[in-house]
Amino acid sequence: MSPSFSGRATSALLYIDGVSKTFDGFRAINSLSFIVDPGELHAVIGPNGAGKTTMMDIITGKTRPDAGTVLWDGRVDLTHVDEAGSARLGIGRKFQKPTVFETHTVEDNLLLALNADRGVFATLMARLTSAQATRIDELLALVRLEDRRHDLAGGLSHGQKQWLEIGMLLAQDPKLLLVDEPAAGMTDEETMRTAQLLRAIAGDHAVVVVEHDMEFVKALDCRVTVLHQGTVLADGSLAHVSAVPEVIDVYLGR
Amino acid sequence: MILRALDRRSWIFLGLLFIVVVAVPVANLALEPGSAGHLPSFAVSLFGKYLCYALLAVALDLVWGYCGILSLGHGAFFALGGYAMGMHLMREIGPRGVYGDPVLPDFMVFLNWDALPWFWYGFDMFWFALAMTMIVPGLLAFVFGWLAFRSRVTGVYLSIITQALTYALMLAFFRNEMGFGGNNGLTDFKDVLGFDLQSDATRAGLFVLSGLALAAGFILCRVIVTSKAGKVLVAVRDAESRTRFLGYRVESYKLFVFTVSAMLAGLAGALYTPQVGIINPSEFSPANSIEIVIMVALGGRGTLVGAALGAIVVGAANTLLTGWFPDFWLFVLGGLFVAVTLFMPRGILGVLDRRGPMRGGAPVGLRRKEA
Ligand SMILES: Nc1ncnc2c1ncn2[C@@H]1O[C@H](COP(=O)(O)OP(=O)(O)O)[C@@H](O)[C@H]1O
Ligand SMILES: [Mg+2]
Repeated sequence: MSPSFSGRATSALLYIDGVSKTFDGFRAINSLSFIVDPGELHAVIGPNGAGKTTMMDIITGKTRPDAGTVLWDGRVDLTHVDEAGSARLGIGRKFQKPTVFETHTVEDNLLLALNADRGVFATLMARLTSAQATRIDELLALVRLEDRRHDLAGGLSHGQKQWLEIGMLLAQDPKLLLVDEPAAGMTDEETMRTAQLLRAIAGDHAVVVVEHDMEFVKALDCRVTVLHQGTVLADGSLAHVSAVPEVIDVYLGR
Repeated sequence: MILRALDRRSWIFLGLLFIVVVAVPVANLALEPGSAGHLPSFAVSLFGKYLCYALLAVALDLVWGYCGILSLGHGAFFALGGYAMGMHLMREIGPRGVYGDPVLPDFMVFLNWDALPWFWYGFDMFWFALAMTMIVPGLLAFVFGWLAFRSRVTGVYLSIITQALTYALMLAFFRNEMGFGGNNGLTDFKDVLGFDLQSDATRAGLFVLSGLALAAGFILCRVIVTSKAGKVLVAVRDAESRTRFLGYRVESYKLFVFTVSAMLAGLAGALYTPQVGIINPSEFSPANSIEIVIMVALGGRGTLVGAALGAIVVGAANTLLTGWFPDFWLFVLGGLFVAVTLFMPRGILGVLDRRGPMRGGAPVGLRRKEA
């Protein structure tokens, strides 16, 4: 990478450079370089199989890359951190398929996500503080699930589960949110509301959103990185990347 | 902390248990043999045995019902606890054995051993043996769990290796050279802490202790499952990977409950041995461990009370059926398992409980007080 890029290693919140990952001979990620600044809202688009989810797996310690640098906050090497470790550093992740704790109440889902000591003995002894209770109330209001707080999360609609999961991410109060296809399966109205919510969240937190839905990406109105075959094809505003011929070929043109 | 952990159902269970713990010894000791309501002594020990199974089932429910760890090797922890207590009872026989050796148990004299193996040291002291009934299973569970959970062995693979664990231990304990009495195991116990094991009073005392151990084990499990840690356990059961991404070290939680559960199983085994009068390698048999799973499934997984109930039902059915048709029991057990899986996935308690879908969290635990 260019000197200007590697010069960002310490100033960026997340710094990915020259990362590759091969699955059974298939290059899912191919010398990928990517930077996220603190508080930034950043969309990642790309066709199915471009490596978007794998990139998130690498950032969160689920998958270990074969080569390359993944640096957190200019100091922590994320290639040697596990999932729980990445969460503790301040990386929150929302999955493509919404995963909430179905046999817990909506409220308990948020309680489990709240930023607090994660150790066994700490949770054995834990008491709900009034600050935590207030925070849960705020989050319930934010994701519009106040009237469902005592219901089991398994009974929520698909869109509501997506929102609950976003609420859980916020409860963690992470420095970086990785959000994988949040609008999948949402109605148009829910999609637009989700875009608004993510824009509101950015600033306090850096947010990386993977999405297919171009209307949604337009509504996010942020920097866009186009991924293809595990590498960056284009980077910039949506208007800018939409004009790049390669992007039109592999993605927008289809 | 304890009061908050007990819901209405817990109190009903503890109340019934209290009645049984009082009524059984009274019916045995206070009523004249032959009079109406008198309970024969063998029945006291038999019921005591069911209470030990109930504690074992509660222990399994903690790991399986709440954390999703289907252990098919819990019989091993139970048997180890039983052996640790059996070793003390052997040493308490002293010179009253057939060969009259003041130190060596009969089977060692028979094998021409001239000294006590090092791992039998200390078992002459009751407190040491009692501690070992929980430390040995706990340590085994800790080491086993540390290896298995850290390597993220889950689901059916974990079940298979737990089954292999108990099978391996069974083979080992069958060997005379192991120093645990081989095939015959440990038996011919005389007394415990000076109390004659054949006397009605001692049997009643052991029964009461079994009831108290069950109550204590149950309350401990309730405290765990109603805490925030209990909610994490259910989270692990339902969405392990999600739990990791929230920052919880899933393996630590599994290791914690697996170890606690093994210690409770060991305690159950320790109370079982003096009441049945023998402990032998067949207690390690894989079928025993599967039977515990059936007890929990029948009673209702993830309820603790159901596990205890299932253990008593299965234990009683076992006694009756092996009395009437000895060859039939395994078929009944298998049929029961299929029937429960197909028709009563939430067990007896699920049928009784009409409050809707299974709740993972505790209703009391961390609920905020209304202002
Ligand atoms: N654990 C894995 N084992 C094998 N192949 C994988 C694994 N994870 C991802 N892949 C492959 O890597 C490629 C990129 O997948 P993914 O990151 O899910 O793409 P996207 O999220 O952009 O649709 C796909 O071809 C997928 O099949
Ligand atoms: Mg994907």
